Amino acid sequence: MSKKYWQSFGEVNDPENFKSQSQDEFREELPFEGFDDKGLIDAKAPRRDFLKYLGFSTAAATLAASCKVPVRKAIPYANKPENIIPGVAKYYATTYVQDGDVIPVVAKVRDGRPIKIEGNELSYTGGGTTARSQASVLDLYDMYRAKFPLHKTGAGKDAKMEEIPTFEQVDDMVGKAMAAAGGSVVLLTGSVVSPSTKEIIAKYPNLKHVQYDAVSYSGMLLANEASGFGRKIPSYDFGAAKVIVSLGADFLGTWLSPVEFAKGYAKGRRIDEKNPSMSKHFQFESYLSMTGANADERYTHRPSEAAAVALDLLNAVNGTDAGGMDAKLEKGIQAAAAALKAANGEALVVSGSNDKHVQVIVNAINNAIGAYGKTIDWSRPVNYRQGIDSEMNDLIAQLESGAVGTIMIQGANPAYTYFDADKFKAALAKAKVKISFNEKMDETTELCDFIIPTHHYLESWGDAEPKAGIISFQQPTIFPLFKTRPFQTSLLKWSAPAGQPAASTDYDSYFKTYWTAKLGSEEAYHKALQDGVTESPATPSAGSYSGAAVAEATTAISGYKKGSGPEVVLYQKVSIGTGSQAGNPWLQELPDPVSKATWDNYAMISISKAKELGIKLDNDYEYYPHKPTIKLTVGKREVVLPVLVFPGMNADTIAVALGYGRNEAIGVTAAGVGVNMYPFTSFNGTTVDYHATGAAVVNRNESYKIAQTQKHNSYENREEVVRETTLHSFKNHPNVIVDFSNELTEAYYKNANEDFRQATLYPQHDQPGIKWGMNIDMNACFGCGACVVACHAENNVPVVGKGEVLRYHDMHWLRIDRYFVSDEKNEDDLKGVVFQPMLCQHCDNAPCENVCPVAATNHSSEGLNQMTYNRCIGTRYCANNCPFKVRRFNWADYTGADSFPNNRDQKLVGKLDSVIEQMNDELTRMVLNPDVTVRSRGVIEKCSFCVQKLQAAKLDAKKEDRVLKDGDAKTACQTACPSNAIVFGNAHDKDSALTKVRSENPQRRFAVLEQLHVLPNVTYLAKVRNSEEEATNWPPKGSIEHGAEGHEAKGGHEAHKAEAAKGDTTLPAATKPEETH
Amino acid sequence: MISCKTTGQRLTLIFLSLFTFCSIHISAQDVAAGKTLFVGKCASCHNIFKATTGPALMNLEERHKWADHKELLKWINNPAGYMANDPYTQGLKAQYGGQMMTAFSDITLKNVDDIVAYINDQVASQGKSKDPGTVNNEPKGNSNAVIFGVISLILGIIALILMQVNSNLKKMSDDAEGISRPEPVAFYKNKIYIAMAAILFFVVGGYLVAKGAIGLGRQTNYQPEQPIYYSHKVHAGINQINCQYCHSSVMESKHATIPSVNVCMNCHKAIKTYEKGPKLYTESGEEVNGTAEIAKLYKYAGFDPNNATVWDPTKAKPIEWIKIHNLPDHVYFNHSQHVKAGKVQCQSCHGEITAMDEVKQVSELSMGWCVNCHRQTKVDFNYDSTGNKFYSIYEKFHNDLKTSELNAVKADKTLTSKDRKFKIDSIMRTVRMDSVRVQDIGGLECQKCHY
Repeated sequence: MSKKYWQSFGEVNDPENFKSQSQDEFREELPFEGFDDKGLIDAKAPRRDFLKYLGFSTAAATLAASCKVPVRKAIPYANKPENIIPGVAKYYATTYVQDGDVIPVVAKVRDGRPIKIEGNELSYTGGGTTARSQASVLDLYDMYRAKFPLHKTGAGKDAKMEEIPTFEQVDDMVGKAMAAAGGSVVLLTGSVVSPSTKEIIAKYPNLKHVQYDAVSYSGMLLANEASGFGRKIPSYDFGAAKVIVSLGADFLGTWLSPVEFAKGYAKGRRIDEKNPSMSKHFQFESYLSMTGANADERYTHRPSEAAAVALDLLNAVNGTDAGGMDAKLEKGIQAAAAALKAANGEALVVSGSNDKHVQVIVNAINNAIGAYGKTIDWSRPVNYRQGIDSEMNDLIAQLESGAVGTIMIQGANPAYTYFDADKFKAALAKAKVKISFNEKMDETTELCDFIIPTHHYLESWGDAEPKAGIISFQQPTIFPLFKTRPFQTSLLKWSAPAGQPAASTDYDSYFKTYWTAKLGSEEAYHKALQDGVTESPATPSAGSYSGAAVAEATTAISGYKKGSGPEVVLYQKVSIGTGSQAGNPWLQELPDPVSKATWDNYAMISISKAKELGIKLDNDYEYYPHKPTIKLTVGKREVVLPVLVFPGMNADTIAVALGYGRNEAIGVTAAGVGVNMYPFTSFNGTTVDYHATGAAVVNRNESYKIAQTQKHNSYENREEVVRETTLHSFKNHPNVIVDFSNELTEAYYKNANEDFRQATLYPQHDQPGIKWGMNIDMNACFGCGACVVACHAENNVPVVGKGEVLRYHDMHWLRIDRYFVSDEKNEDDLKGVVFQPMLCQHCDNAPCENVCPVAATNHSSEGLNQMTYNRCIGTRYCANNCPFKVRRFNWADYTGADSFPNNRDQKLVGKLDSVIEQMNDELTRMVLNPDVTVRSRGVIEKCSFCVQKLQAAKLDAKKEDRVLKDGDAKTACQTACPSNAIVFGNAHDKDSALTKVRSENPQRRFAVLEQLHVLPNVTYLAKVRNSEEEATNWPPKGSIEHGAEGHEAKGGHEAHKAEAAKGDTTLPAATKPEETH
Repeated sequence: MISCKTTGQRLTLIFLSLFTFCSIHISAQDVAAGKTLFVGKCASCHNIFKATTGPALMNLEERHKWADHKELLKWINNPAGYMANDPYTQGLKAQYGGQMMTAFSDITLKNVDDIVAYINDQVASQGKSKDPGTVNNEPKGNSNAVIFGVISLILGIIALILMQVNSNLKKMSDDAEGISRPEPVAFYKNKIYIAMAAILFFVVGGYLVAKGAIGLGRQTNYQPEQPIYYSHKVHAGINQINCQYCHSSVMESKHATIPSVNVCMNCHKAIKTYEKGPKLYTESGEEVNGTAEIAKLYKYAGFDPNNATVWDPTKAKPIEWIKIHNLPDHVYFNHSQHVKAGKVQCQSCHGEITAMDEVKQVSELSMGWCVNCHRQTKVDFNYDSTGNKFYSIYEKFHNDLKTSELNAVKADKTLTSKDRKFKIDSIMRTVRMDSVRVQDIGGLECQKCHY
């Protein structure tokens, strides 16, 4: 039994067909209908037409080019601010805050426009970011933001929104309306993390404040209260944990504070080759989450069994396990319990459940294994989520009773996210004055009378206290784009007694006064703004663990009904989350880490369920975007969803992502994409459940197209592209990669008759100064996609829309390939998942370079494989010859950069999605990086190693008359990575971090497809799973049969390709096992 | 902020100029360092020879207490504090429009010495020939081409005539000998001539078309009419205002930047009329009223010259200058790269700007033009440790190459002589230690300018 790496079912089940279908780089018939065997003249578009077009276009081009050069103006400032230099970026520390998520960031501002988000390295996150925080800069320029205060006039069908011209009128109108309404005043918000805002809310007389989270953590808050710690959530230190057990918590993707957790988790995953050891991660879950994909040991269960698993684990830890679970699951629980106990407190159990009882049990486990004080820190409770589900229900009851006169809503969207949205809408209608401060015309805001949009975070002053004592500040990076006002100012104005000075009724000055007083001086205030974060010493927690609630929880859990039949679990995607940023095109186009699907949500189902539903997992299923659809019914709620089948799913679980199915007003990006699954959540009496039992599933025998990116780029069975093993095998055979490499080198020289130059048709490139290189540690890459979005932002990578992704036209310069590792006999027996960021490898022997007829891609003296857009004529030979499939072709005018205007609607390539129009709006284009060319139709593009940043770093060094320091030049993907998996630098610098990481990891370091001898400048460190299993694909010394199998299996055409590239000399010997054995 | 900076700077220079007196210790100071400082910090408000925003700095050591550089330093570091009990500087402030000199707290005593040394040096060499800084890029050989063209033409015509003569003579001799031949065809009906003319037409026409097509979008000699007749000759030439005073980000940014209105007003608050300079003419020869042009500036600035004290700089409107030097969008050009790191003079690309009234584009700004310069320009290499330290990484690499690799290749007996020559050549290509040019460190690579 050997393990097999595979990306798609077609590869596993129908290899022959798969191979023939993946031969073409661009899998589409050319759109020339008329050209058939009859020849050119008889074709539908005959020679004369061709000549006509040719003549016309030549004439048009000449005309367009020879017209008088337009007069361009250079308009300087009227008064240049002293510290602004046009053309030089400035960086301002601020804080990304969204639905309680807090990430200290630094905004890069070029000529007054924020264009890129970086992590704040001074903060506790160490400079990491998420896909969503990276994409937030695009939200600033969202053309669908609410642009000015609105007031609803008329009722029923005549209701319409009218602009309120000034904020004085707003205050006046709201004041009068509130006075007339009487009743109580309620402020409904998401979790408020800002201390100054909390103070303003507290000072507002008779204001009832309700916090409501779209995806709630109130089970955890209540459980911690019951366990004696107060209604808080502690800080978790994943770095200190040697054993991590996650009960369905997606802590690397969406749970609480993934940036921080990924950083800590990566600490335990890095390997010292001299003494290999790493943390052990058990995951118990129902579906295949991103975190589960990274686990060492993974066990699946029904969603309804989550509580039982937690209880069983507690019993196992306490040694009182009564069993009763499925045998495999039971074994896993025993193994996890044993590991937890052995870890001596350096262990951690987390649970993603929103059930109070489950969290009480988890607390009991953490107490039993001694995690408190070691991996769980109560001295710095976190504020990310504070909503209590029952409070929202109470609010609805009050609304229904008519007691609420005025309701103000900020950062919450219950009309979309509440489990019973209709009930909320009906209740909301009873409030007399309904005010929304939300930034967009979302589902709840639509129902309000007054819409007074608040600033985007990049426009506002503000603060956040992610953890007790740690403050992260916000400062404006751009003048407000629209007529918006911080909602805190509204609260201050409306609550101020008449005649109060303006300074105290304006949040900007309130904020300054507040923090100057708190921090002691104006200097301290400025320092805090400059750093972005302040940290005061942690205060020891007042609470201590109490097991009083365990008995009650145990009884409750024992009483849970055992589920049968299909069950539904609702999860969040790293890209879309709860849906509040669903209108962001970068996020919609970011492939999900596990499914690699863009622009949709879908039902994730198991292989056995697929068989049950009669879905055939042959090559057609995988090859074509057409996916079967099912009707999913839970009680009265039913929904039609497309299906994607995954290994490693619980057989009876159907997992669907939240955050989709938004309304029209959110914008063309999110409207109509996917299905809203919030109605499938339910209230269990204390908290909201994100799973549903008793589901019914019917195959509708219809199909729906899902735009997945994973299959777009095939290595055609060359498995050496990904290297993965277990810790056990790695310890036993540490030199597998080294030996493979040595044998290739030997064979190479042997075949080259010891004359290096005769062995290759590639010129030898000198790198007299710098040689840029990159190393990616696959043990620290968890697939989150922050790098992909960062690359979008830094390099003006276009969004193409679902229609184009369906046609394999996605433009990502950097993609994260996902490989399932499973038993060869049973693909459902998932051993692990490998995430491999794949970008241009900047080969020294680059196969793309020598096929370009116009030398548009060539080699630089710094080791870069350069792409020159204005030289490219679009033959795509380079993309065909690239073994890694990282080159992207601009099939259409995605960016509006063509010389001819309105070139986006072309009959020949088909009409593009409306999101392209959004991305090309004047406002949205403000996000473009002015240092990077916006590519036009018909040229190839690809990763440039962020050459604009390299050039800038070199220039800075030259201007300062100094040597380039390590770390001066960083790529966008590198700075975005929360776990520092990517190291970039000068390979010629003996002291650079890159050289260090490469020299310290000779046994794990590999170049993808080394046998092709393309000499990439990107190296990877092999993925190691902490498992005691023998990895059968990790052969003992001397054997490279693996490569040989791959080679022989692939037969004809790609061998040609490889050998053509290699001058026919190296490959055969390198991959002939008979000779080497 | 505007007023404060510039006046301050003016005043500094006034006082600096008092020092000329003690010109004995010039040798001890670094004139070159002084020049850098002067240009970077002082020149925006002070001229050495004449009062501008601030006083002229020549002979400053003769004035006030400035012979003592420590006093001068105190003043430069903190003009406001110094002025508090110093009537002389108070008087200067009044004299120069009530503007205070900017404080330069980072200036040290050594800096003051250097700056004064530079000023004295300039005073001493006054009247001598000016900096030859600019390069004469006029293409030569133009006249030769004309001569050659004319000669070719004449020779061509002579050849044609001779051929006609030849054929006529041949006919005559044939007639004389009685051989009957067909009547010769007139030369304009001769197919050979027609064919040759056609070929010539296509060659010349093709050449012209190609040349014209290449030149599309290029605008050498572009000299648009600007909203204000601004004469670089008057400002940068006659008044010797340093380029960087107005184009202040040229050392830091990709843009040299056009000055904002407040920068213009730094000087023009005081200089309200154009009187002493030479007469100004537009391209078409009309005379320009300099004072009226200054009045246009006042209109943009919202400044009333008769009531200067009430001016509110925040009410100013930007001037919409017409951009002369345009590059295509796919070209990345960075001024600081060239001016600061590469130490290229402004005039190398922009021409004799100090002699132009309204600016015109002198260089072609074509890729060939860029590349030529990158081929020829030497890099500020660090061979003798005076060059830019950035390049030391290359130097080390070169040395390694030179010593170890070259020796290794030479000593390698297994190589054939052809291979050895090839290797030595390839090493030597990168090891031309005498002159490393921009092209040798990748200056001709696509992604140096296109990304």
